[in-house]
Amino acid sequence: MAWEQNLVCFNTFAADEPHTLATYEKHDGYKSWRKILAGKMTPEQVVEIVKASGLRGRGGAGFPTGLKWSFMPKTDAQKYLVCNSDESEPGTSHDREVLRYNPHALVEGMAIAGFAMGATIAYNYIRGEFIDEPVPRFEAAVKEAYDAGLLGTNIQDSGIDFELYTFVGAGAYICGEETALLESLEGKPGKPRFKPPFPANYGLYGKPTTINNTQSLACIPKILDKGAAWFAALGPENSGGTALFSVSGHVEKPGNYELPMGIPFNDLLELCGGVWGGRELKAVIPGGSSCRVLPADIIMDCTMDYTSLQAAGSSFGTGAVMVMDETTCMVKVLRRIARFYMAESCGQCTPCREGTGWLYRMLTRIVAGEGRKEDLDHLLDVANKIEGHTICALGDAAAWPVQSFLEHFLHEFEYMIENRGRSIVDGAADAAA
Amino acid sequence: MSDAVVLSAHVTGEIEHWKARFPEERQRSAVIGALLAVQHENNGYLTAEQMNAVAAYLDLPTIQVYEIATFYSMFQTKPVGRHNVAICTNVSCMLRGADELVEHVEKKLGVTLGESTADGRIYLKREEECLAACCGAPMMMVDHKYHENLTHERVDQILDELD
Repeated sequence: MAWEQNLVCFNTFAADEPHTLATYEKHDGYKSWRKILAGKMTPEQVVEIVKASGLRGRGGAGFPTGLKWSFMPKTDAQKYLVCNSDESEPGTSHDREVLRYNPHALVEGMAIAGFAMGATIAYNYIRGEFIDEPVPRFEAAVKEAYDAGLLGTNIQDSGIDFELYTFVGAGAYICGEETALLESLEGKPGKPRFKPPFPANYGLYGKPTTINNTQSLACIPKILDKGAAWFAALGPENSGGTALFSVSGHVEKPGNYELPMGIPFNDLLELCGGVWGGRELKAVIPGGSSCRVLPADIIMDCTMDYTSLQAAGSSFGTGAVMVMDETTCMVKVLRRIARFYMAESCGQCTPCREGTGWLYRMLTRIVAGEGRKEDLDHLLDVANKIEGHTICALGDAAAWPVQSFLEHFLHEFEYMIENRGRSIVDGAADAAA
Repeated sequence: MSDAVVLSAHVTGEIEHWKARFPEERQRSAVIGALLAVQHENNGYLTAEQMNAVAAYLDLPTIQVYEIATFYSMFQTKPVGRHNVAICTNVSCMLRGADELVEHVEKKLGVTLGESTADGRIYLKREEECLAACCGAPMMMVDHKYHENLTHERVDQILDELD
């Protein structure tokens, strides 16, 4: 079946200059925002539309966006909106595309979100590594919007104020966690806060704050323009809208694809030209490295949405689909993942700070040919002792790959230990030769 | 040396530019932006004097600047080569040959990850993070600029063109 692409966030991508205000307005850009400025919608109506659209946070947790907005207190105190453009979940590269090629969708989405929650000041937290291209692109869009009288104080005599600023990080995966991001925005190391209190009550500078992901906010203008029912119907029940898939690894055509939620994995794989070199599929991490890995026979039966991937034992995550062919050594992949979480642990919770190091060192030992049979029990034991015992989800994210790689590919780990560091993949290649 | 001498006019301009984005008394939010600006002018690393000057300029205890410089991976607190080369080795890049690419570059430059060439030309950073260009794997970042879909030949060319 043919799937229509680029319906929402990548809507402008086919244009010559997809990032400009002129292009965006040709694609009905700022139509929703102008309607709000003309006094034709109330904040309550906006929240209800977003709730009805079925939009769920695309940053990984999948929490319903409209519901999150409704948690903001209805007080006159200063409230903040923060956009999380700290895109750093391994395998995820589509927010960078929104920033580079459709930044106005994000600017408008932020303005609408600010209006809906009574947040008059907003920051877009962009990861530091994006300083060369995505940051200037986004800042140019913000300037265009100010110059066109779409942002600022008492915008177009509407009585609505909305100031939008860019913030640039400096390299830390943990700042993608929303309370670590707030700490970073306050000029501190990115160490997640204990919750409660949640940011809606005690956020940036202690003020009510909502943090939404880039893609979630970039969806908002189209949802208001085309209606909640239109957006919801793009995907299956409980997974409304389109999703940005970053398909990477062993496919013929890796790429960022905007497709309706619920597309069968098989169709997505076909769109990407299939597994490269005519090889067999071994495994897929469906939503960034923090999600559980799924072997080929399970993922081939999945549709790419929250419900299906959860039922299969993994999760939708960020839509970062990492494809691994039959020549992939799962022990080495897990070792790389473990190294990442060890390096990125902020260090404030002992199970995560110490445990991630244990995981990496044991996996390194196995790869070096010095693995012991009991290491596999130890790996699982350490992972289980991290999971659920930390302030933020980084601990869980370090545990889940270990648990799932061992669950589905235990034989590869056993083979490597028995064969003193030799990978089962090399063994198979030699046998075939 | 006075703080004014340590921080250039360009840097103080940058700091003011950042400060203006935050509420009164929230100048701590400008530390990251300030350090990025200072480092950019100082061949890619920060000195203690510069960090002290940023703290003095923003009226913050020095520890609040040091802890930022040491927490975030884009800051270097020791002298490094003038060109920052970071090869992504995270899963998506690993699956498309990043480890072999690192090996190739290490051999070519005669350094290992985390070291700078003896002539001070290139700092080969040990990049732990995924740099979010996964569909163009393998990729590397050279002085903030992304280079995607790399081959060994292309990497040679990019590195050879650095002054």
